[in-house]
Amino acid sequence: MLSRTANSIYWMSRYLERAENYARFIDVNFNLSLELAPGFPEQWKPLVITTGGWPLYDKLYDTVSKSNVVDFLALHKKNPNSIRNCIIQARENARQIRPEITKEVWEQVNALYHYITNEDLVNDLMQNEPRTLLNEIKKGCQLLYGIFDATISRNEGWNFRIAGKYLERADKTSRVLDVKYHYLLPNTKSVGSTVDLIQWGALLKSVSAYDMYRKTFGTIQTHDIVAFLLLDRQFARSVLHCLIAVQQALHDISGNRAGYSNEAERRIGRLRSLLEYRKIEEVIGEGLHEFIDDVQVNINQINDAISETFFFNEEAIH
Amino acid sequence: MQKIDFSAYEYDGFFDEMFGSNSEIRPGFNVLMQKMESMSSQRMLQLQYASDRAQRSIGMTFNVYSDHQGTERILPLDLIPRIIPQEDWAHIEEGLRQRIYALNLFLNDIYGQQKILKDEIIPKDLVLNCPSYLEKCQNLDVPKDIWCHIVGTDLIRDEHGEFRVLEDNLRCPSGVSYMLENREILKRTFPDIFEKLKVRPVTDYAMHLRKTLAHLSDNPNPTIAVLTPGTYNSAYFEHSYLAQQMAVELVEGRDLVVKGDHVFMRTTKGLEQVDVIYRRIDDDFLDPLHFRKDSMLGVPGIFDVYRKGNVALANAPGNGVADDKAVYAYVPDIIKYYLDEEIILKNVDTYLCSVDDQRKFVIDNIADLVVKKTDGSGGYGMLIGPKSTKEEQDEFVKKIKENPNGYIAQPTISLSRVPTMVDGVPEGRHVDLRPYILYGEEIKIIPGALTRVALKKGSLVVNSSQGGGSKDTWVLY
Repeated sequence: MLSRTANSIYWMSRYLERAENYARFIDVNFNLSLELAPGFPEQWKPLVITTGGWPLYDKLYDTVSKSNVVDFLALHKKNPNSIRNCIIQARENARQIRPEITKEVWEQVNALYHYITNEDLVNDLMQNEPRTLLNEIKKGCQLLYGIFDATISRNEGWNFRIAGKYLERADKTSRVLDVKYHYLLPNTKSVGSTVDLIQWGALLKSVSAYDMYRKTFGTIQTHDIVAFLLLDRQFARSVLHCLIAVQQALHDISGNRAGYSNEAERRIGRLRSLLEYRKIEEVIGEGLHEFIDDVQVNINQINDAISETFFFNEEAIH
Repeated sequence: MQKIDFSAYEYDGFFDEMFGSNSEIRPGFNVLMQKMESMSSQRMLQLQYASDRAQRSIGMTFNVYSDHQGTERILPLDLIPRIIPQEDWAHIEEGLRQRIYALNLFLNDIYGQQKILKDEIIPKDLVLNCPSYLEKCQNLDVPKDIWCHIVGTDLIRDEHGEFRVLEDNLRCPSGVSYMLENREILKRTFPDIFEKLKVRPVTDYAMHLRKTLAHLSDNPNPTIAVLTPGTYNSAYFEHSYLAQQMAVELVEGRDLVVKGDHVFMRTTKGLEQVDVIYRRIDDDFLDPLHFRKDSMLGVPGIFDVYRKGNVALANAPGNGVADDKAVYAYVPDIIKYYLDEEIILKNVDTYLCSVDDQRKFVIDNIADLVVKKTDGSGGYGMLIGPKSTKEEQDEFVKKIKENPNGYIAQPTISLSRVPTMVDGVPEGRHVDLRPYILYGEEIKIIPGALTRVALKKGSLVVNSSQGGGSKDTWVLY
């Protein structure tokens, strides 16, 4: 496969996953804001921080408000990671790799693009029914995943897509956990209160973990939630699960089964075992924020290693 | 509900392809006419909306160069098809086969022994000073002696209904994806007409194209790639579409690299050799070491590999000398010279500004003529005398005097008309015809074409960049 094509598949996948995650993050926070007790501040700033967009937001807006944040994260043209720009980028990458994807996939990417760039429609929805807009984005992305699943062969391109999607997802889950944990934990007064339960519930919902978490643990406990989102092997959005998926995809690409055959495999294997053999008490004892920080640094290094190994490799002649 | 109404349809003064001069419906058009008259205007508008949406959803869009980045336009598809009866098509096919065969012989000769110049059939200067003549291709041994593998000849139909050739496109003719996708849309729109009227299919074009390309390599299982300038090119949809339909690689210049005597693609597993390249970038940009040094689109050294016969390029570089607008005037002589045959599909009368008395005629009659740059295309850089102002005419006279070799002129031809939907009512609009020809083991003419239609009332300019649209073209069994 062309290196440029693999690169485009990988980034198309990352941008789609990003768009879908942001749509869910915003939607959950939106929902949460409707049920807060009077006088309890809405938490829109943490959401911006989660996405890493705070410095830019601070430049573009004077105040933090629901409408500003939603506008910034969903539609702002200057925010490179707004849902709108993520979808435009995903589609631009999909155009590059048109011969690698099926007509069905391409038409759905295009449909999403035409939806989010229809400014009249989108602005109107943003004013009047923002959750409808966010839901359409989520559903549009999920429909696309289904079409990939049903129409794309499990070839090299597939594995680059999986690698991109799960690396992005691992990053997003770790970020949302980091920021929310940071904001929720110091509030000792409200531990176990209704507000606290709602907040932790919202964190779970923002990564679609609420139902699966309850089936596993039954009650809402801070440690359990952190363990579930970081270390659960089976939950499709936990960081460990995502890393296992990335590792599997990289091994399928190289055909190597034991140890590692390139730098990307080495780094993913190392990060995976860092999580896999860690107990949640250790993680919290050492400091969750520091731990997650380390995970994110590693995720970035894995991304760089994938680039160098596959996208900018000119060595062997086959 | 108001039905589509042909009662006010004007068919005087031009050759109308659907109605004869006594308003009778021409053979082959009955089924279509019945269908149209049974439909309401509103239904037609709904179908048009669905068709536009289908085009957008498959990304059949292009950027116009002068527009700001980000505006993607569709080439409007008019839903009334253009029908070509079998006997007309047989004539077109025969004429195109003769013409392409002769032009390929011409290219072999020009870049070989130049007999046609020595025999003074065409002025030597006209050919060798032509901007598209590539001296670097002289004595080049092209694979299987084929230069023009992929051709899209522009035809028009004059006021008597006779098909004539307007332009030979032997370089990078575009639009074939529209021929293919227009058909898909029309099949969904009017399945019932297809059942009644037997239309020849075009869907196997991509398979034939792949075979044509594979024919150029001695490798029984060659690696084939389509070389595109990239996503910002107005024809990118077509490049990606063809690569996808042929199941070959879609590459940009930056994906290719020359090492030793071969061309390679950069893949995730290292470098992989490429055998045949269908290149959709112009000669000038192909190789910065040999042609334009500032080209970012090409591949340094690829021309050397080509000369050594280690990669095949389609179309061959240097073809522009055979579809130059001044050389065009000599095509009847070219056919006579190589084949000893009379030309089957006639040219449009052409005046060469390089010839003194012809230039004088052009300058004296500029208000009635169409003046074109010999190396221009896309409807840019031309003057349509009857639609121009005095200032524009003076400007062109000045240009012609400064550079007589650079211009030709032709009479303003009343292109034939085909009914076209305009705000729910059928009106006659002028059309041209671009069939697609593949020259591989044999010359294959796909039974279909891109019909371009000038959507503006009275306009004769069908180019997509100038307000043109398209129609599906049905060649009947």
